[in-house]
This record gives sequence, C-alpha cells and structure tokens, in this order.
Amino acid sequence: MNHWIVAPIVLPAILAPFIIMVLRFHLDLQRIFSVAGVVALLGIALTITAQASGGDIQVYELGDWPAPFGIVMVLDRMSAMMVLLTALLALPIVLYAIASGWDDRGKHFHALFHFQLMGVCGAFLTGDAFNLFVFFEVLLIASYGLMTHGGGAVRLKAGVQYVAYNLLGSTLFLFALGTIYGVTGTLNMADIAVRVAAIPAEDTALLRVGAVLLLLVFCIKAAVLPLHFWLPASYANAPLPVAALFAIMTKVGAYSILRMYTLAFGPDVEATQGLVGDWLQPAALVTLAVGAIGILGSRHIARMVAFCAIASMGTLLIAIAQFTPDATAAALYYVFHSTLATALLFLVADLIMERQGGAITPKPPMPQSGLIASLFFVGAIAMAGMPPLSGFVGKLLVLDASRDAADATAVWAVILIGSFVTIIGLARAGTLIFWKSHDTQVVLIDAPADDEDVPAQVAPEPQPGLAFTAVFGAVAGLILLTVFAGPALEYTSKTAEQLFTPENYISAVLGGEE
Amino acid sequence: MEALVASAVGIMTAAGIFLILRRRTFPVILGLSLITYAVNVFLFATGRLALNAPAVLNKYEEVPYTDPLPQALVLTAIVISFGMTAVIVMISLSAYLSAKDDHIDMSPQDSVDAPGDDA
Repeated sequence: MNHWIVAPIVLPAILAPFIIMVLRFHLDLQRIFSVAGVVALLGIALTITAQASGGDIQVYELGDWPAPFGIVMVLDRMSAMMVLLTALLALPIVLYAIASGWDDRGKHFHALFHFQLMGVCGAFLTGDAFNLFVFFEVLLIASYGLMTHGGGAVRLKAGVQYVAYNLLGSTLFLFALGTIYGVTGTLNMADIAVRVAAIPAEDTALLRVGAVLLLLVFCIKAAVLPLHFWLPASYANAPLPVAALFAIMTKVGAYSILRMYTLAFGPDVEATQGLVGDWLQPAALVTLAVGAIGILGSRHIARMVAFCAIASMGTLLIAIAQFTPDATAAALYYVFHSTLATALLFLVADLIMERQGGAITPKPPMPQSGLIASLFFVGAIAMAGMPPLSGFVGKLLVLDASRDAADATAVWAVILIGSFVTIIGLARAGTLIFWKSHDTQVVLIDAPADDEDVPAQVAPEPQPGLAFTAVFGAVAGLILLTVFAGPALEYTSKTAEQLFTPENYISAVLGGEE
Repeated sequence: MEALVASAVGIMTAAGIFLILRRRTFPVILGLSLITYAVNVFLFATGRLALNAPAVLNKYEEVPYTDPLPQALVLTAIVISFGMTAVIVMISLSAYLSAKDDHIDMSPQDSVDAPGDDA
C-alpha cells in the first residue's frame, strides 16, 4: 500500500496536538512549526498529485481491512488536486496570519488551523460516506474555533448562528446517511454505487429521499441558494484570514456533490435520474444572481467579498450541475481559480480593514494605499472574470461547456449579466475606498468633527513586508493558473474523464471481490 | 414497536424544529439536542429493529443477531453531537456575556456595518 495517501491527514493530526500540548506558550515556535507543517503538506500534496496524475486509482485500506468492511482512503485525480489546492491555499494564509498578528489575538490559532486542514484533506481523500461525515465534523469543529478567534460580541453572536446552522446541517447529514444505509446496507461509496445500481426500480423511494437529503447537506456546505444564509454573516464576521481559509470549505461541498453524484447517484443511475441536475441547475443560477446583487448592495467590504464567494460558488455549481465531462473539466479548473481569488480578496479586505475599517465609504487615505489598491484591482479582475486573469479563462470554459445544454440561454445570460453586475459592484467599492479618499471635500463632509479620533486612524503602523508577500503569493497562484491554463485544463479534463467512468473507481476499491 | 420508534423520532424532530425557530439561544440549543437525539434513534433503527438479539455473530449456534454497524455509527454520532453541543453552549455563553443579550439574531446595529471590530 502507498502510505503517502494518508499522509495529508496524519501530518496535521499529529502537528495540531503537538502545537497545543508542547508549544502552547511559545508563539514563535508555533509559527515556525505551523509554517513548516504547511510546507510539508504542500510537498506531500505535490507528491500524491504526481502519483495520481498517471491515472490509476490508488486505495489505502485503514487497518488493512478490505473495502466494504473497513474504511478506505481513495486517491484519484480529483482528490489529489483538491488536496494540492488546500495546501496551496494554506501557505499564503498562514503567512498572512502570522505577519498581520491575527494568530496572536486569541489562543490556539495554529492548532485549529491544522485541525481544519486535516478535516479538509480527509474529506477530499475518504472513500467512505460516514467517514466523510466525520471529517466534515473535524473541519467544522476547527472552523468554530477559528470563526470566533479573537472574540468580540458581534463575532461571537455570528459564531452562534454559524454553529447552530452547521449542527443542523450535520444532523441532516446523519439522517441522509441513515436512510442510505437503511436501503443499501453499506456506507462505502463504491459499494453504495454497486448496490444502488442493483436495487429494483419499485424499491427506490427511500433511496431517492436519501439522495436528496444528501444533496441538501452538500448544498448547505456549498452555500447554494436557499441554503446560503449562513455564509455572509459568518464570513464577514470571522477574522478575514480565516474567511480566506474558509474559501476551501464551500469547495468541500462542491467536491462532495461531484463525488457522490458521479459515483453513486450518477447521471446514468435510473433510481435517481433527474433528481440532481434538474434541481441543482436553477438553484445555482439563482445563487450566482443573488451573489452578484449582494456584491452590488454591500456596504461593508467583508460582506462584499462574502457575496463574491457566493457568486463564484454559483458559477461553479452551474458547471457541476450539467454533469457532462466537458462542464466538469471547466468546473474543476474554476474551483482552483475561485478558491484563490476569494482568498486573495479576503486578504486584501483584511489589509483595508486593518487600516481604515471596513465600511465602503470615502475616508482619509490609508498608508500604502497604492499598493493595496493595485492588489484589490488584481483580485477584482480575477473575481469578476475579466481578461487577462484566470477568472476569464474559467468563465469562458464554463460558457463553452454549456453551449449545448438545454438551458444554454439562461446559463449564458445569468453568467454574463452576473459578471457585469459583479464588475460594477467591485468597481464601485474600489472607487469609493481608494479614489474618493483623495477627494478632500468628500472626506471632509463624511468625516465630521470628532477631532480626537481622526489622528488616531491616520497612521496605524505599516504592515511588515511578509503580509504583502503572502498576498502576492495568492496573486502568483492566479497568474500561474492563467499562464499554465493549458496543462491545468488537460489535467482537469482527464480528471473529469476519470469521474465519469466510475467503474474504474469501483473496481479499484472493491477489487478483491472479482 | 416500529410505530413507537417512528413516532418518537417524529415527535422529537418536530419539537426540536419548533425550538430551533425560537429567538433566544437556550431554546435553540435545546432544540438542537432534541434533534440530535432523534437522529441517534433514527440511525439505530436503520439496522432494523430486533428484540433480544445481540450485536455479534455466534459461530456455535444459529441465533438471531442484529446489525452492529448502526450501533457503532450511533456511538460516533453521540460523541460528536455531545461535543458539538458543548461547543455551542460555550460560544453562546460567551456571546451572551460579552453582548449582554442572548438573542440568536443580530441586532440592527450589529448587522449594518460593523463586522467584529478587531480589538
């Protein structure tokens, strides 16, 4: 067996308790170990991606129990690339959190950060539905700690809402798994796929209920429209570097949809035919629309970026909901772009909030305004999907892949108009924050005579260069993704091909039976 | 027995949903606990209900046995939901103590333009 597969889970699982128990009082050591851990995770992720890119699906049997009985970790192209994305995202964020001092504003930031990475990597690698639930809980419980990191009344209240909503989501997940187990008698994803195909059509009522419940759970995670309410308040009130890390959490929902509904309840499975794509597509369209309107309507920069996250999830799910290899390849490319762009915007928003607060109104100019403005400009271009960055390539691929779909008109209209509204919203925010602030008259009118406060906000100490290095790291990721769009797309196309031939996955996992 | 278990799950879920829709944190937490109880019983029942049957195979004689896997799942679910309930109690307690207010929704001055001031 290839032990690299389980390494992305074991490494943070060892590192996080080590940080809590041994390094609790040594912030400097915590930082060193945390960064080293993320770099090591990146190395592992690159290794397993290289191993998976050959195209064979590798299975890691925990405790050496064969597949339907034991829990398996499965490494295929999609898992590998998602783990790689997690590691790529974690590195700039952990550097930024250190440079901006966020990790010093509460306890156990680095330990929770690594527990979160463990949950995310585990969710990407597991081949067992109940194990997926457990890793969801691991990443959620870490996210509860990170979300309320630093405290403050508003953040804690938002935290209560976030925890309550997700607890309800977890309960729903258990109901879904119970229903599916009751019908199929197994929780191994590949085994579920085999059993589902074998169930006679008249006995599938409960199974369909289970499949829809499961879809609801993943839609909660992915913040698809009627279930997106938790996202803006949670992300906007979380520490923003944490919100940047949370950009991967919505992708866990999207990944799970793609995994379960190509493997077990795929487009060819009679029992659940027409259940998923038909419902997901309109919901994704409305998600994109609401996200774009939210960007335009937000009066706070963190909320605006949270709505950017919703809008990009909408675009992603539009591509996923088509369940064709072409659209899925586009979706997987867009996952990379959307995660990095959302994280970049959250980090830039944090730079702005540290200097002049988050309200999108004209205020006195902030230090390093030009540099931050250019970073915001780059992030906005990427998010809105304008050339030359990867957002443009991603949206182009999504549009191209949906050309032959039944509702192509609606998809094109919503994506294009949504992008346009996003551009307006981001341009409005950038103008108000960066340009109007140099217009002395506007600023004077808006900042009335509370004389004592004004000098205090003018010059907070400039951030050390590391924070900018971290943000530029995210920019570099986007640029690389644009420059190497060809190879990346080739990889995602092969990934999509692999996803839509679930027989290989099933025989790799249950191989011993034949 | 099936009717009893089914109605217990149903009533607990209904009561839980009712409580979750309240506006203060304490009833919401109670409601979440009720729903997690309901889901635990539900998971337990997915292995089919059997009386007087152990959850192990007996290799010496043919005796009825019940599916052990849901019992393991329930155990996991209980531990997780217990931990999560403890977390939400702690977070809502500190939210109550710092905001002097245990409403679950944001008050207007919270939600307008003030995501956590970064103290």
